[in-house]
Amino acid sequence: MVENRPLLDFLTHLVLITGVAIVAFPVYVAFIASTHGTGAFVSGVMPLLPGTHMVENYSMMWNEGLTSAGAPPLWVMMFNSLWMALIIAVGKIAISITSAYAIVYFRFPFRVLAFWMIFITLMLPVEVRILPTFKVVADLGMLNSYAGLTLPLIASATATFLFRQFFLTVPEEIMEAARVDGAGPLKFFRDILLPLSRTNIAALFVILFIYGWVQYLWPLLITTDSNFYTIVMGIKRLAASADAEPLWHYAMAAVMMAMLPPVLVVIFMQRLFVKGLVETEK
Amino acid sequence: MASIHVENVGKIYSGGVRAVSDINLSIADGEFIVLVGPSGCGKSTLLRMVAGLETISEGTVSIDGGVVNDKEPADRDIAMVFQNYALYPHMTVRQNLEYGLKNRGTPRPEIDARVAEAARMLEIAQYLDRKPRALSGGQRQRVAMGRAIVRKPAAFLFDEPLSNLDAKLRVSMRGEIKRLQRRLGTTSIYVTHDQLEAMTLADRLVVLDGGRIEQIGAPLEVYHEPASTFVASFIGSPAMNLMEGELHGDRLAVGPSILNLAGYAPTSGPVTVGVRAEDLRLATSAQESFLLRVEYVEELGSQRLVHGMVGDQPLTVALPLEEALQEEMKLTVEPRRLHFFSRETGKRLTMPGSEPVRSRQVMGAVA
Repeated sequence: MVENRPLLDFLTHLVLITGVAIVAFPVYVAFIASTHGTGAFVSGVMPLLPGTHMVENYSMMWNEGLTSAGAPPLWVMMFNSLWMALIIAVGKIAISITSAYAIVYFRFPFRVLAFWMIFITLMLPVEVRILPTFKVVADLGMLNSYAGLTLPLIASATATFLFRQFFLTVPEEIMEAARVDGAGPLKFFRDILLPLSRTNIAALFVILFIYGWVQYLWPLLITTDSNFYTIVMGIKRLAASADAEPLWHYAMAAVMMAMLPPVLVVIFMQRLFVKGLVETEK
Repeated sequence: MASIHVENVGKIYSGGVRAVSDINLSIADGEFIVLVGPSGCGKSTLLRMVAGLETISEGTVSIDGGVVNDKEPADRDIAMVFQNYALYPHMTVRQNLEYGLKNRGTPRPEIDARVAEAARMLEIAQYLDRKPRALSGGQRQRVAMGRAIVRKPAAFLFDEPLSNLDAKLRVSMRGEIKRLQRRLGTTSIYVTHDQLEAMTLADRLVVLDGGRIEQIGAPLEVYHEPASTFVASFIGSPAMNLMEGELHGDRLAVGPSILNLAGYAPTSGPVTVGVRAEDLRLATSAQESFLLRVEYVEELGSQRLVHGMVGDQPLTVALPLEEALQEEMKLTVEPRRLHFFSRETGKRLTMPGSEPVRSRQVMGAVA
């Protein structure tokens, strides 16, 4: 709607600003909390302006962590989370793009059955199958390991389905032209299909990286060694102390840092992300 | 460059659908063959079997003497031009041209030389570093042809390459394809549903219908001596008039009109009579003639097409602009310009013992 009506302008801005405020205010409070000293947040009056303990809080959390809460330094947990999110994102993309390739471009017995089996697993997220999965992972001796953290989460029906849909939009003639040009299945995949899927891969990477980063239940179950704690479950530990007031300023410093990597991924891949979701390059 | 032999080839899709049956075709080295027919006639299937993109259910295809039934498309030494160009969208024009050569391990200097030559031939040199997205339809089609040319294959296979272009561009590209093929002398098979394209390009036409060959011949031969009512109605624009008539000795009856055939009747009894719009003339009053009730007129500029009815059967006649139009017109035709087809089979009926006169002239003209 291209209209020049000041009242309408004012209203739309009002709605937008209210929305932003509602979303951003808790984040702001978290940031303020992370800059104050001990006790400032439990005194009853919440400060709304930054305090003076920011550097102190952050460096303390980053380097040492809250030993009283049994949490390792933040950099360990951040590293674990980053590693886990990356393995999950890359693994999911690698597995789903190859299985979508098989399903779309090859004729083999039970192809349709295979597709529907993959599709049906959409109905079985981690939470539903968590006990049997835990049992399997435990029996394989993968508790407290990166393999245990990532492998059970790595298969992705959604990504397989998305890649399948994308491959179906690639004109068949391109595949035929490549065959005439002497490209075998692997060459076609590498030279034609992968470059064409670039934006889709980027979009999925953003989604899957964040999916991996925010995993809470699974790491909580299978890690008992604090060296394998991830940041999201670590924060829970920081906030829950049974016999004392939570150390909000430390917990919030951890929260702020935990938010950074997903934000960075989104910011830097935003252009590709949007492109991958809205347009197909053909 | 090579000859191509198609022997008893048939295609049965899984599910038992027969797309193509019993095709026999010998293509000489350097010949330009056009497969033409309506959609679903099996022409593309046949081409794709030669290309190796479809498996061959029956019979054999050999290129340059060797049977290629079980060879991958890449090993058949053919190059193909697709209807929607099928350029690789993420590669530049240069990379598109190079891709097939690279996959064959052609040395770099050779690749560069061939790409440069093809680019010059097709006048796409200035676009070499662009992506296909930034090119117009005609330019993309040139690139698609370039991709075929650089390979220097034994045969070019064209699958309706001009269908996505606008009418004007189609005409100029048609000329260009013909010129290129002459110059390179590469054996070519070209699939189209456009009879005009087929007529203008082909050394020999193959008219297909329902998965079978209806007629093979030089364009003018097919035009002047269609082997069946299908070919008669498919080749030529406007389509040949086909009417139900009856032969009695030397006389032909179409509805109420009677024509004297002066010895050109091949048989007697009910037949389908074919006559081209341009072969009909206005009759002088004394002549035996068809009586045409005019319904509407199409002005083409150089001539006009008059559509009407003879009895209860439609007829179209092409008349020069000088002729005055009337509600009812008397038309006549030289008996030897008439075509007779069997009512039952639709096949052409020829005079017993007669030679196909015009086709000999045509062959002579081409040679």
